[in-house]
Amino acid sequence: MSALLEVRGLSVEFDLKDGAVSRVIDGLNFELAAGRTLGIVGESGCGKSMTALAIMRLVPVPPGRIAEGAIRLAGENLLDASEARMREVRGNDVSMIFQEPMTSLNPVYTIGDQIGETVRLHQGLSRRDARDRAIEMLRAVSIPAPEKRVDEYPHQLSGGMRQRVMIAMALACRPQVLIADEPTTALDVTVQAQIFDLLKELQQQTEAAVILITHDMGAIAEMAQRVVVMYAGRKVEEAPVDEMLTNPKHPYTRGLIACVPHLEADPALERPPLMEIPGVVPSVAELGRGGCPFAPRCAEAMDRCPQDMPPETAVGEDHTAACWLYSATEAAA
Amino acid sequence: MTESTPAVPAEEPVVIEVERPWREVWRMFRANRAAVAGLVTLLLIVLVTVLGPFVYPVDPFAAAGPLLLPPGEQGFLLGTDQQGRDLVIGLLYGSQSTLTVGAAAAAITITIGILFGALAGYYRGWVEEVLMRITEFFQVLPPLLLAMVVVLLFSPSIYSISIAIGVVSWPATARLVRAEFLRLRELDFVKAERAIGARNARIIWTIILPNAAPPLIVSAALSVGIAILFEAGLAFLQLSDPNVMSWGYLISVNRPQILEAWWPVTFPGLAIFITVLSVSLIGDGLNDAFNPKLRQR
Amino acid sequence: MRLPAVIAKRLGYALALLFAVLVLNFTLLYLAPGDAAETIAGEAGGASPEMLAKIRKDYGLDLPFLDQLYLYLLKVVQGDFGHSFYFDQPVTTVIFENLAPTLLLVVSSLLIAISFGTFLGVFAARRPNGLLSQIITVLALLGYALPVFWTGIMLIILLASVIPLFPTSGMDSGPLGAAGFGYVWEVLHHLALPVLTLSTIYLAFYSRLSRASMMDVLGADYIRTARAKGLNERVVVFKHALRNAVLPVVTFAGLQFGALFSGAVLVETVFSWPGLGTLAFDSILRRDTPTLLGILFFSALIVIVANLLTDLAYRLVDPRIKSAARA
Repeated sequence: MSALLEVRGLSVEFDLKDGAVSRVIDGLNFELAAGRTLGIVGESGCGKSMTALAIMRLVPVPPGRIAEGAIRLAGENLLDASEARMREVRGNDVSMIFQEPMTSLNPVYTIGDQIGETVRLHQGLSRRDARDRAIEMLRAVSIPAPEKRVDEYPHQLSGGMRQRVMIAMALACRPQVLIADEPTTALDVTVQAQIFDLLKELQQQTEAAVILITHDMGAIAEMAQRVVVMYAGRKVEEAPVDEMLTNPKHPYTRGLIACVPHLEADPALERPPLMEIPGVVPSVAELGRGGCPFAPRCAEAMDRCPQDMPPETAVGEDHTAACWLYSATEAAA
Repeated sequence: MTESTPAVPAEEPVVIEVERPWREVWRMFRANRAAVAGLVTLLLIVLVTVLGPFVYPVDPFAAAGPLLLPPGEQGFLLGTDQQGRDLVIGLLYGSQSTLTVGAAAAAITITIGILFGALAGYYRGWVEEVLMRITEFFQVLPPLLLAMVVVLLFSPSIYSISIAIGVVSWPATARLVRAEFLRLRELDFVKAERAIGARNARIIWTIILPNAAPPLIVSAALSVGIAILFEAGLAFLQLSDPNVMSWGYLISVNRPQILEAWWPVTFPGLAIFITVLSVSLIGDGLNDAFNPKLRQR
Repeated sequence: MRLPAVIAKRLGYALALLFAVLVLNFTLLYLAPGDAAETIAGEAGGASPEMLAKIRKDYGLDLPFLDQLYLYLLKVVQGDFGHSFYFDQPVTTVIFENLAPTLLLVVSSLLIAISFGTFLGVFAARRPNGLLSQIITVLALLGYALPVFWTGIMLIILLASVIPLFPTSGMDSGPLGAAGFGYVWEVLHHLALPVLTLSTIYLAFYSRLSRASMMDVLGADYIRTARAKGLNERVVVFKHALRNAVLPVVTFAGLQFGALFSGAVLVETVFSWPGLGTLAFDSILRRDTPTLLGILFFSALIVIVANLLTDLAYRLVDPRIKSAARA
């Protein structure tokens, strides 16, 4: 199984107002094969959305920049590609669905125009053919009466419908990689399930590799085969989904997974205190001081945790975690 | 502005604004050099206006020397105008009219604006409908023309001019106050007051209005500047109090001679410009001090 | 609501507004101190007793207020806005002669201010702390603080004595001027300075407005979507962002038409531009009240029409608006 998408040592930095530099993604590694789904989980501010933008090379520059690493799509390093080449890749080889379907569509153009724009750009279709393709895509994402809907504006559609339109738009050029950034967070629970079913079905048809970014372990369990857990810009654990759910190693992952049954059994009550510790995002600005960024919130933190960064360590078959609990070797320092 | 843009940024932490000490605003304001320069200039102008008549107790309309004397000659620092009046005296006395009308008209603007905006935004329903229709009606009338008609019919005086300017300028303030009220009335601390049965008048004037103060203060500063420009414009159109010297009046009477003498027109105009500019810098400074997060705009 | 229904409703509202303007006009006349007949006659040759008697009879000045108002409105409905005793002509005739130059001045100033302002704003938005942004901030301060009539006079002094490029008064070169296309050129030549003066204030305003609006829009989620499609930056800015960013500009264009008219009165007076503004100024000097009231009415009419057009324009740009563009 060779990797379609390979992310190696990816680091993204942002210049802060006071002249300091914040490393919002730090040495991230993962890979993904065609037809497979990789879940990336973490709290907001952990860098998962920035990872998506980095793959698309849409990190806002300035103040941000991709500091180092490689992003290889079918062997081609996207970080070396020209801006013109990236425009060919975006929307064509790599597409993205965003979190906010209510605001991610341009309010002043019809959805047909917006879907058609992608295929006209990348496949050089005529206006009429693009419209036909738009209708076809709307049908593929199960929007009723697509011939009529194609001429409607985003405000005439519900949130779930709009997310379907976003999916139609993202898949219109049959991309090799689809990045779905919290695609259902803004939607009702019943609609969430429909969107996930739709994504799975379309993935089977198109053989696209999917990166599903979410903070919802339940969604990961349903959609993904592999999962990467991120915290403060770093990968803290990676494993196949079943392994991760049944045998989480990193204290942070354990906390995340502990949330899921609680939510089902007793909504809103008894959330682990982990989720309520403030100050997660600012801690990113303090990165690079050497210690494990999770240490201040970690119940199992040891003396060395705030000082030394734990390396990525194998903790099982095909299962790694970055935590001193499992690291056999002492840090060289 | 459009229907689907949410007019109300729901989670705006307004309570913090109430509790933010005014000292903090003053600190922010002080750090803004342009705003401080504006404040100092305006205070100087006020000082000169108040003291001027004591230092030079003369009739500003009376001739003091030869006609159209260039600046600096025969001891006239800024020269004389086409009737031989000393321009220094003209500017000194002219600021009275400018500042009085500016302050009075702005006060009227703000009062009517608050009244209309507060009632419309708080009560909504037919009250809002009626009040906003009246506001729209006043926005249809070109403000200067309406002021011209009022001043002409009621003969020009400091009072009629102030009232006319106030009466034509309030719609913008009313809209601002209404928008603030629409936003604030939905917030929890206002709902709480209503829940414990506070009277409407109390909620409007002591709960919501103080929270709407920051944008209102900024808008008041801008209103003063606009009123000063209006006063100058009316005086330029020869609608000024015949007994009160005014910068706009000086420009108006000396306009026919501009090609021979630039100074009797240039200096009063500069005076207007500098005054309005100071007021505007103060307004910008207050705006930045109230909304530190918007500073980069 | 369908478009015809919207237009019908707007027209009805516009008529109600015009009616209100008339009532206001008359009430002001009624409330004004002094003899209404003398006010109306103005300085028309000392106003003979016969003339005053005729005015009293025409306007029913000895009747109660409501009867007088009724008489006034009845005349207006018949197209009679009163008589200018100075010109000894119906007010409407006097006004119609001066209408076109004002429209020319106001509309061209607004168009220039909006188009250049938006252009500057869009470019400034891409570098919020760049030189252009700073220039716009300074321009906006100047535009707010400079008395427009004084700016006009300063331009006249500058251009009359230092660089005489443009004529400084009037609209054409008089009976000795050119005809046909030459005349158009002549008018444009005369138009340059008044338009420059009037549009500069609003140019600053619109560039600041569109800059802020563009900065907002460029941060919107749908702009990120557009970039993620692989569109190039030009298409992102000019197709996806601009049309959204221009919405507040359109709103303000309608709201500001009245203010623009006010500026026009001053600018016309400075440049002796033969429009309604100069006429209004002359009416003040002559105490020609009926003409001044007529100008107030017709300028309100123009503002109302401009607002209707803005409403329709807004509908063209923003598909979301189904009932009214007003906030």
